[in-house]
Amino acid sequence: MLKMQDISKIYRTDLIETYALRRFSLQVEPKEFVAITGPSGSGKTTFLNVAGLLEDFDSGRYELDGTDVRGLSDDARSRLRNERIGFIFQSFNLIPDLNVYDNVDVPLRYRRFNNAERRERIGSALDLVGLASRAKHMPSQLSGGQQQRVAIARAIAGDPAFLLADEPTGNLDSLMARQVMDLLEQINEMGTTILLVTHDPELARRAQRNVHLIDGQISDFRAYEPRSEAPAAAATGATGTGPSPDAALA
Amino acid sequence: MLGYYTHLAFRSFGRNPGITALMVLAIALGIAVCIMTLTVFHAMSGNPIWWKNDRLYAVTMDNWDPNQSFRKKHPDLPPPIMTYKDARVVASSDIPERKIIMYTVEATLSGVGAAPLRTDTRMTTGDFFAMFDVPFLYGTGWSKSADNPPQPVIVLSRKTNDTLFGGTNSVGRVLRWNDHEFRVVGVLDDWFPRPHFYDLIGGAFQPPEDAYVPFAWGPALELQSSGDTDCWKPETINNEADFLASECVWIQTWVELPDRATRQRMQSFLDNYWADQHRAGRFPRPRDNRLTNVAKWLRDNQVVDNDNRVLVGLAFAFLAVCLINTVGLLLAKFLNAAPVTGVRRALGASRRQVFLQHLVEVAMLSVLGAALGFGLATLGLAAVHHMYAAAHLGHRGGYQELMHFDTVGVFWAIALAIVATLAAGLYPAWRVGRMPPAVYLKSQ
Repeated sequence: MLKMQDISKIYRTDLIETYALRRFSLQVEPKEFVAITGPSGSGKTTFLNVAGLLEDFDSGRYELDGTDVRGLSDDARSRLRNERIGFIFQSFNLIPDLNVYDNVDVPLRYRRFNNAERRERIGSALDLVGLASRAKHMPSQLSGGQQQRVAIARAIAGDPAFLLADEPTGNLDSLMARQVMDLLEQINEMGTTILLVTHDPELARRAQRNVHLIDGQISDFRAYEPRSEAPAAAATGATGTGPSPDAALA
Repeated sequence: MLGYYTHLAFRSFGRNPGITALMVLAIALGIAVCIMTLTVFHAMSGNPIWWKNDRLYAVTMDNWDPNQSFRKKHPDLPPPIMTYKDARVVASSDIPERKIIMYTVEATLSGVGAAPLRTDTRMTTGDFFAMFDVPFLYGTGWSKSADNPPQPVIVLSRKTNDTLFGGTNSVGRVLRWNDHEFRVVGVLDDWFPRPHFYDLIGGAFQPPEDAYVPFAWGPALELQSSGDTDCWKPETINNEADFLASECVWIQTWVELPDRATRQRMQSFLDNYWADQHRAGRFPRPRDNRLTNVAKWLRDNQVVDNDNRVLVGLAFAFLAVCLINTVGLLLAKFLNAAPVTGVRRALGASRRQVFLQHLVEVAMLSVLGAALGFGLATLGLAAVHHMYAAAHLGHRGGYQELMHFDTVGVFWAIALAIVATLAAGLYPAWRVGRMPPAVYLKSQ
């Protein structure tokens, strides 16, 4: 479970202070698929960085699977990130001079799995994304959609509890985007909690919940129907007003 | 993880071969210059008998002019050589485990069929060979009983034996030394103490003597020193006996003292002797009787001049410039790869792991730089060797003998590689580990 309470994140310069997150509270239950939407500069990516332990926060409380992350050493945060969180980025962020296999291998190396286990996990992850036959290809030899699927394989190879996706379809055409979303839904159905940051309301509607951010605060909170029953409602946008953020924490 | 980091380092080298080559070359040049300079410096300042540094002592007593010191530039130092009568007193003491009094003369060797050979001969006592761990190819030195009265025995250097006897075992053969018959009792193996610590008068890097003969033959045959003979007191010297009784200094005196207690006893012996002589009207200057170990002896006698120290300083300054350049290149390279580092951090690498990964890369660069530097230094030293060998054609020994690349040079190469690693790599590796990953993840 991911639980943030009154999280504030401030970027400071000599002249001004900017609140990227202001008393932000959110609770995400295991196996949820939550979409985070909002205009540029609303704090979506900052939220994802804080949630992914890539950035610290100034105040508030953040528990990840029951661990209060505040005050953890860098080693402990990195270990937690490595074991519990997978990242997917808009620009894929594959390491250009490593082939597909070695890219998927990166988080497993830091996990200190032995060779056999790494091999098995890499094989399973690439099978899942349909790229087992491209293991020796370099990223530059793949299409955008394929690269994003490699990034997804890399994110899930360590079997993380949370998958944090920052505009994962932003650089893809609509067909590729749909395939990636299908894949994310499939991974979610296998039990992985997904937090998806997106501009695209169409994609957001495929999530179980939608958290809308403005100026670092939750401005709207909508709960969707279960995915199997949702498409009609999601397509019309008839979501209704969901419970308040505070209620969500209750 | 070390294997993984090594693998990543090789990939990194392949990604930027030009910058990698520049860094290796910068480290190599700095190390090569330092190794060359340090090798020369080491050869010129090293203690060639360091393992006996706490046993061997030069004996000196300040018998000099009350109105001026022996050395104007270093008035605190007594004469490095002694009078005959004082040296004899030291030689008569039972306190040292071994003792030597000695000086050099020019002598001619003949009588073995070959053309007469002019030699530098060291007039010394029998302890010389054991005291200075001199290696023998054939035979041995002479026994103490051959010192007094002196026996007609001689030890030849290997070079002299090669010249006179074609390198064969000449022990037992008789030759003529200054027209007196002497029997060969030993032939030295190659022996070239650098510096020539036991007698610095002829130069710190002169080759050892060609022959060795019992000291007492010198006064008996009235052979004058070919080294320094310094006198300060107006004295009437009409014959050898007058000279031997004079305040002139010309004899090197060394003792081997096995422990602190023996050294203290020897110091007391000298001080008591000085007091007796002082009461008798000698030693007009303040008491200054010294037992000086080899390392201090070399320092006192300024075997390493300031030019060489400056040269070493410049070499290290050059290394520093090379390392600063390397730091700049490393920083540029690592920061250029910051987005990839950001990805690694996002995937679970800690700052420590990022630091270690980059440090391994730097260590490998340093090893490559050190290896190349070692090769360049070897070439450079060989060039210096050939240059000096050409300048001293036909003369064995001398400055060119300093240019041998030895194990000390290897040690310095390794030590410098480690220092280079730490100096050049720590900061860039630390810096790249501290970069906030989130900044680069969005921008890649």
